[in-house]
Amino acid sequence: MAAQGRIVWVSGPAVRADGMSDAKMYETVTVGNSKLVGEVIRLTGDVAFIQVYESTSGLKPGEPVVGTGNPLSVLLGPGIIGQLYDGIQRPLRELSKASGSFIGRGITTTAVDMTKKYHFIPSVSNGDEVSAGNIIGTVKETDLIDHPIMLPPDHPGGKLSNLVSEGDYDLETVMATTEKDGQSIPVKMYHRWPVRKPRPYNKRYDPTVPLLTGQRVIDTFFPIAKGGTGSIPGAFGTGKTVTLHQIAKWADSQVVVYIGCGERGNEMTEVLVEFPHLKDPRSGKPLMDRTVLVANTSNMPVAAREASIYTGVTIAEYYRDMGKDVVLVADSTSRWAESLREMSGRLEEMPAEEGYPSYLASRLAEFYERAGRVQASGSPERDGSVTLIGAVSPSGGDFTEPVTTHTMRFIKTFWALDAKLAYSRHYPSINWMNSYSGYLADIAKWWSENISEDWFSIRSETYGILQREDTLKEIVRLLGPEALPDEEKLILEVARMVKIGLLQQNSFDDVDTYCSPEKQFKLMKLLVDFYKKGQQALKEGTALSDIRELGVVSSLLKARMDVKDDEMPKLEQLDKDMQEQFKSISGVKVSN
Amino acid sequence: MTAEGGVQYSKIAEIKGPLVVVDDVESAAFDELVEIETTEGERRLGKVLEVGNGKAIVQVFEGTTGLSISGTKAKFVGKVMEMPVSKEVLGRVFDGLGRPKDGLPDPIADKFVDINGEPMNPEQREYPKDFIQTGVSVIDGLMTLVRGQKLPIFSGSGMSHNLLAAQIARQASVVGKQDDFAVVFAAIGVQYSEAEYFRRSLEESGALKRSVLFLNTADDPAIERIITPRVALTVAEYLAFDLGMHVLVVITDMTNYAEALREISAAREEVPGRKGYPGYLYTDLSTLYERAGKLNGRKGSVTQVPILTMPSDDITHPIPDLTGYITEGQIVVGRDLFRQGVYPPINILSSLSRLMKDGIGEGSTREDHSEVSNQVYDAYSRAQEVRALAGIVGKAGLTEIDLKYMDVGDTFEKEFLTQATDENRTIEETLDLMWKIVSKLPRNEITKIKDKYVEKYYKEE
Repeated sequence: MAAQGRIVWVSGPAVRADGMSDAKMYETVTVGNSKLVGEVIRLTGDVAFIQVYESTSGLKPGEPVVGTGNPLSVLLGPGIIGQLYDGIQRPLRELSKASGSFIGRGITTTAVDMTKKYHFIPSVSNGDEVSAGNIIGTVKETDLIDHPIMLPPDHPGGKLSNLVSEGDYDLETVMATTEKDGQSIPVKMYHRWPVRKPRPYNKRYDPTVPLLTGQRVIDTFFPIAKGGTGSIPGAFGTGKTVTLHQIAKWADSQVVVYIGCGERGNEMTEVLVEFPHLKDPRSGKPLMDRTVLVANTSNMPVAAREASIYTGVTIAEYYRDMGKDVVLVADSTSRWAESLREMSGRLEEMPAEEGYPSYLASRLAEFYERAGRVQASGSPERDGSVTLIGAVSPSGGDFTEPVTTHTMRFIKTFWALDAKLAYSRHYPSINWMNSYSGYLADIAKWWSENISEDWFSIRSETYGILQREDTLKEIVRLLGPEALPDEEKLILEVARMVKIGLLQQNSFDDVDTYCSPEKQFKLMKLLVDFYKKGQQALKEGTALSDIRELGVVSSLLKARMDVKDDEMPKLEQLDKDMQEQFKSISGVKVSN
Repeated sequence: MTAEGGVQYSKIAEIKGPLVVVDDVESAAFDELVEIETTEGERRLGKVLEVGNGKAIVQVFEGTTGLSISGTKAKFVGKVMEMPVSKEVLGRVFDGLGRPKDGLPDPIADKFVDINGEPMNPEQREYPKDFIQTGVSVIDGLMTLVRGQKLPIFSGSGMSHNLLAAQIARQASVVGKQDDFAVVFAAIGVQYSEAEYFRRSLEESGALKRSVLFLNTADDPAIERIITPRVALTVAEYLAFDLGMHVLVVITDMTNYAEALREISAAREEVPGRKGYPGYLYTDLSTLYERAGKLNGRKGSVTQVPILTMPSDDITHPIPDLTGYITEGQIVVGRDLFRQGVYPPINILSSLSRLMKDGIGEGSTREDHSEVSNQVYDAYSRAQEVRALAGIVGKAGLTEIDLKYMDVGDTFEKEFLTQATDENRTIEETLDLMWKIVSKLPRNEITKIKDKYVEKYYKEE
């Protein structure tokens, strides 16, 4: 029996209704005469406290509240890819058909086109015993995505019958039925799943495969693994969004879920405009064919912002269960935390730090725990992963604020953005001294097997140069660069080259925007070789100024932009040039 | 007790700060407009912040001074606050609540629009990429403004942000067809002289007849400031999306807006976030800033240049901080440059325009724009490092190349940044000046520009 109550109190997105003793926690309800969508977040006696996902302007006490009996759920089936949803999975394209350029209220839509036909190829037969998670066949969702049709995770299993033959079907078609204990359950191409409940899986693996993003400072220095967790905190203007867009564009995953959570409207528009024209570097197909967008911009209702994170991660888990690698990017978890804070304030809960509710940490932990590389439940056996990357927008750029500090406890890769680097236009402004990756040891094996056995040692040498430079900078700050011996000046020089030629990456440059792992390694190796040659030359008495003025220096700095991924021989040539140029100065002695 | 167009209640239970609690309310809606009548017959406006259990909490825009528990009447108007809009608003001056302040009658309304607006559907937005030439070199060259962008000016008290905003409004308006350009100016709690400066500046340039002014000056009620930017943006949206005009909205000073918001939050005894500002400050600010933009299939645009004065020049203060997270960049006015008498005193290193990358380049400004601006940023940032170093080790301790960078820094400030308030530079002039700066460096220092542009534009001295 669905609850039917009346509004007794309204304040912003928070509504109290009485007569709600039949309501369940986290049940969705329709609120008021205009049937706004809301969710029960507290029950006291017969009074339900409801967060409303749409603007409550004009809502009056006395208006009806009706329960739906269901928790907040998403619809999972073919047609999700390429969509732009709001925080509760309403397609914004459909909303604009109903209400024009601005978002109206009380509009009901379905998340995907239920009438679109997909070509289904069955992979099981009538009479097979099937259980939750089993794949019964596949449809083609986009050029890039094969979409297996799975039994829902809460399916009791049974004997399969009435399986349709290969052909074109829409989402409401009963594809098969399962029989168990005299009960017949229809199976369609879609099912619903409550967003706050993680989808089950068979078992979890350690993340050991890197998620390649084509961004050198990430892949080479602070890598993230498939199924891992990462966080990117930074003050405004440090290039958070650009870095996240780069990950969404170039990460070697099959599906990308991008959540714009309380961020700028134009940023979502940018993704919408840009992604259909960008080609996936591996398949050559438009990036939009693998991307799902969830947009709840800052001026959209705050409660739906809270839900958007869960909507996104549930969609990500669904594609993971198909055996795909999924990357979820959430920009920004701070705005999500703020929506928690706002609702908590309206509930008059006792606040913890900076007004945030005391359960902020546990909610963050729950969210990041939904990442992982897993074996999906059901047969055939398949592995998939969800990688979670959350932006954090610390107030005042202060990393000691609650959202950043709590997030750091639950993630393993930390890309600290640095306003100082951004101010000097060093992008991506990931600070190499403050960032870390907990996956480095796990994924080193992949690099040594696939790219070069020397990867780990060369990386350590490069990082060593940056560390040495960091200590030397202190001395330079006090005494000026001339106070250093040539050997140390060489370190400063090479560190500068590493920063410009390797760490910096211009995401707006056609070539530099994506860098293959082979090129990443080669560029790094060239710089380390340059350092070694330079050291050697200094020992043999060559002047530092001669090393600095080698023509190869500027080629090394520009190689990231000048050499395309498929032009690796050019880097070999650069290597030869370097050897020869060093030879040419080896006879030159320091004149006293 | 009923009255025309709404229900009238006379039972006021409590008055605290800007809030009035009305008792025995049978039918009032959240956000509804309320008319308060004092015992003297004076009428004030307010809106419902919270309603339920027979009570309504009403925020009174003109303040509660002089209200009494007995005798004060509250009338629930039955609709949310609306602004009458029509083409006739152009050339008019309104108060902070959108009522005529120039002695002329109410403009005849084409329609009435909810001042809160509705969120633009991101799917319906058109990505902004049309370059606006402001004629101010540092902005056009290094932090380009585009139509539909929100680009705030972060300043400090006493600095020349108003001069700059007025210069932008005057000069940006002369490009293109004049008819389709309009300026909406909202003064929030600023001194009369500042608002007047802006008005006169528009008048002298002949732009006043294409402008709409909303003035809430420092002596006007503080709570009215919550409404002022909303009525201004409602008019701007109407001009842009109904009439197809390119509207530049200048709002000054957002700090006063945030303070009014804090005052109400404190009166409601809400749990505060940072520095006593309400936890929803970000969300609230976004409902203003996000009203900038362009829409698919519509001609006009709303471009916002909000101005805020950073308390003690602190960019990490919640107001600039949260603003910067919403807006598409920021123009930061620097105290050091201001003290040196530089105008406009813009600190380029902490300034940024996020939409610049799509508004520049071949076809809109010039092919080399993006790369030369990167090089200028890089060079000026190096120059600052060298200056800091010179402060410790003295000029004698600097290398030859360091000295070149010092020179670049000086040239940048004296010839490029510095500009008269009536000097309107074309984008070509601006870009040529940038090459002049870059050309002070030896060629092997130019790491951010492709060779083909260096060949074409670099002129070694």
